[in-house]
Amino acid sequence: MARLIRTEKEVEGRFEEVWLVVEEDALEQWPAGAREIVGKPAQRVTGPMRALGEARYTADLRLPGMLQAAVLRSPHAHARVKKISLERALAAPGVRAAVGPGDVSVLTDEPGHQGQAVAAVAADTIGQARAAVALIDVEWDVRKPLLDPDEAAEKGQLVGEASRYERGDVDRALAQADVVVEAEYRTQTVLHSSFETHQSVCEWRGDSLDVYISTQFIFGVRDEVAGKLGLPPDKVRVVCEYMGGGFGSKNGAGDYTFIAIELAKRTGRPVRCALTRREENLASGNRNATIQRLTVGAKTDGTLLALTGEFVNATGWDGWAAPTDGPMRLLYDCENVRTVLYPAKLNTPPMKAFRAPGFVEGTFGLECLLDELAAKLDMDSLELRRLNYANSTDDRPYSSKNLMECYRRAEQHWGRRDQVRARSDGPWKRGVGLASQIWYGGGGPPSYAWVRLGSDGRATVITAMQDIGTGTATAMTQIAAEELGLPIDRVDFVLGDSARGPYASVSAGSSTTPSMGPAVRAAATDAARQVLEIAAQRYDQEGRVLSLKGGNVVSSDGGSWPLEEVVGLLEDAQILGKGARGPNPTGMQVLTFGVQVAEVAVDVETGEVRVERVAAIHDVGRVINPLGASSQVEGGIIQGIGHTLSEDRLLDPASGLTLNPTFDTYKLPTIADVPEIVTELLDIPDEHLTNLGSKGLGEPPIVPTAAAIANAIRDATGADVRSLPISREEMLRALREARERERKKHGAPTAV
Amino acid sequence: MPELTINGETHVLEVPVGTTLADGLRDELGLTGTKVACAEGHCGACTVLLAGVPVYSCITLVHMVGEREVTTIEGLRAHPLIDAFVRADALQCGFCTPGQIVSASALVEDNPSPSSEEIRHAMAGNLCRCGTYPKIEEAISTWQD
Repeated sequence: MARLIRTEKEVEGRFEEVWLVVEEDALEQWPAGAREIVGKPAQRVTGPMRALGEARYTADLRLPGMLQAAVLRSPHAHARVKKISLERALAAPGVRAAVGPGDVSVLTDEPGHQGQAVAAVAADTIGQARAAVALIDVEWDVRKPLLDPDEAAEKGQLVGEASRYERGDVDRALAQADVVVEAEYRTQTVLHSSFETHQSVCEWRGDSLDVYISTQFIFGVRDEVAGKLGLPPDKVRVVCEYMGGGFGSKNGAGDYTFIAIELAKRTGRPVRCALTRREENLASGNRNATIQRLTVGAKTDGTLLALTGEFVNATGWDGWAAPTDGPMRLLYDCENVRTVLYPAKLNTPPMKAFRAPGFVEGTFGLECLLDELAAKLDMDSLELRRLNYANSTDDRPYSSKNLMECYRRAEQHWGRRDQVRARSDGPWKRGVGLASQIWYGGGGPPSYAWVRLGSDGRATVITAMQDIGTGTATAMTQIAAEELGLPIDRVDFVLGDSARGPYASVSAGSSTTPSMGPAVRAAATDAARQVLEIAAQRYDQEGRVLSLKGGNVVSSDGGSWPLEEVVGLLEDAQILGKGARGPNPTGMQVLTFGVQVAEVAVDVETGEVRVERVAAIHDVGRVINPLGASSQVEGGIIQGIGHTLSEDRLLDPASGLTLNPTFDTYKLPTIADVPEIVTELLDIPDEHLTNLGSKGLGEPPIVPTAAAIANAIRDATGADVRSLPISREEMLRALREARERERKKHGAPTAV
Repeated sequence: MPELTINGETHVLEVPVGTTLADGLRDELGLTGTKVACAEGHCGACTVLLAGVPVYSCITLVHMVGEREVTTIEGLRAHPLIDAFVRADALQCGFCTPGQIVSASALVEDNPSPSSEEIRHAMAGNLCRCGTYPKIEEAISTWQD
């Protein structure tokens, strides 16, 4: 029965209270462990299409009569348009329409960051559109940009408001502490670098609008577009069958979509608006830089007494306050915690969610601080974390938490320290470090799926979700196949179209599997029940003795009938099952946990750092597809290595202009940078969470990587790296500081 | 007008001088298996073979191809690497995958059993943001299985 509830909804650490209609989740969870299909490795169902180049991405769409749009983006970080003329652009060859500030809500005459959209042109070819954009005449009044996050925080120039959190009495606890460690950590701006740039193709059909878009949230785009245009939501159809990466940056409609919609309206033709790589790296969002001023107070035995931090997010011109303070609030059993978070509004490109926003940055600070404390106490890092293990950080219990088991499994990797250090060779020093992971990932309602079973004995799962490359379509197919007793290749999965499937959740916040999976299982169960009812009548059996297995209807007394025979009776009739995601457990915190152990080699003469091995142990509930899951873990760690060592969006400190908007200057990891990666997933179903007990895995693996590497560097060299990326300059600075500290301690000069 | 041999077929491309091979393939011939991710020769998503040699088609001009046979992902449909990539789960979003497979096909043509070091050297010009690298290495190591 459908039930109306008031509940807390979480996406990527942002909470809101919402009314929801939820349906009871009446299914019992499967027992723990691998089943016929669920829990066993499955090849990606979309694999052949993607590998053959047959998968059609938004970038590949060619509609008849389609025009191409190009956008004039602000060349200044902060400016005002004094005068603009589209006349020469409109007269250029092939141009069909041009729009400027005031014509579309996303076009501005007061850009607050380089790359903000000002005007746009639609032409027959992209070359003509770009040539016409160059003919737009603009007179600029260039203003001084605000670029310093501390200055913005001090002035109160924020995106939203500062947030404060406090439990216990931090000042008193710090006064009582035996040891206090204070440190300032900094993290840099990182670009999502999705390979398919942000783009859409928009076409009006009468008073209805089709939006083909590279997106992580089909229904979110539908609602945003309909809301801004004042259209009934179902007059907007949003399509995304395949998409080339998002990592958090493609949850909304984006300026390109609204530009394409307006130009399509003016020309009566479909319009594509696709960002170039350089536009992408300016205007499509980023992981914002942070400054974290942290303090920990502890007893000599390692018991944490107080944690406190001032966090300044360099949010940029737009975005939201990613919870950089989240790990400090949630990870450890510490009675006294105080945090303040300032989302600084700057004349820099806007932040957008990027794979565990806030927690990646905050875990770097907190987990390095914990290791600096461990070093000061001369205490084992793993032991310090066990000693301060949290059983709850507020009055709500965890739906499940097996972090202690993760720590136990980490021992064998942590225990390699002596042998790793012993492999130090000349200037190359080796060491091992670890860091814990905490993050959300429980998903939630609403989410729906339908299952259609025809007389050919094949099933089709239909839902308007998107697979952003994480392999969720495969996991969903496995769940349906398991419940229908069919081999995977007899289950098709149809997604990607708001007009042709029920509501599906956003593919962000590690939520697709835990949100959609239970709905798909419920829909498949509903279809299976109907098949069995028909079989019971056809073969004169009691319904309760029948089940579906291996493509057959089987009875407990040994009878077996091929599914095609049963559903073959239907001719053109079809069995339709439907399922909905039930509610999350009331009054419980649903979180994911883990630990990573990194091994590094540092050349103390040149500052070069190489990551040689990362062991990742994560607790994300039941694992549906171990093969796809290991790929997610590897991908997260590799992005984490880029974040730690090489990626850095650089700004000119005077003008605020981006210096490296291209892939030759913005350094993504290559195949040659990849260490040995060992993945272990606990695979313990969360007994309180849905009919699956599965949490999400997209984000957890990137959370602890940077801190684990930095802590391994300390183990190898004694140097405290506190700033990302750990460039050679940062590495050499930390080494110099460590030598200076040693020299002071011993009172004698040492050779450098 | 340039006449190109692409995947064994002859095509006349009526495009202006300066058109890139990537645009010619995608826009003129509808061969959209070749992806463009940076359009300036930095990432490898657009890799095709010219006379067996991997090149970035986004910085190769149609008018400079000449006699050299062009092989795109569409010309490698029957290559065992396709299945090897799927088996090893060597793709996530899949946008860089055709380029990866084209590069890998040139590698295994020259060297059917490349070492880890050789794979890493040959494939370092093909970026993958999803981080499928370990599985790509596995796929190339096991393509003959």
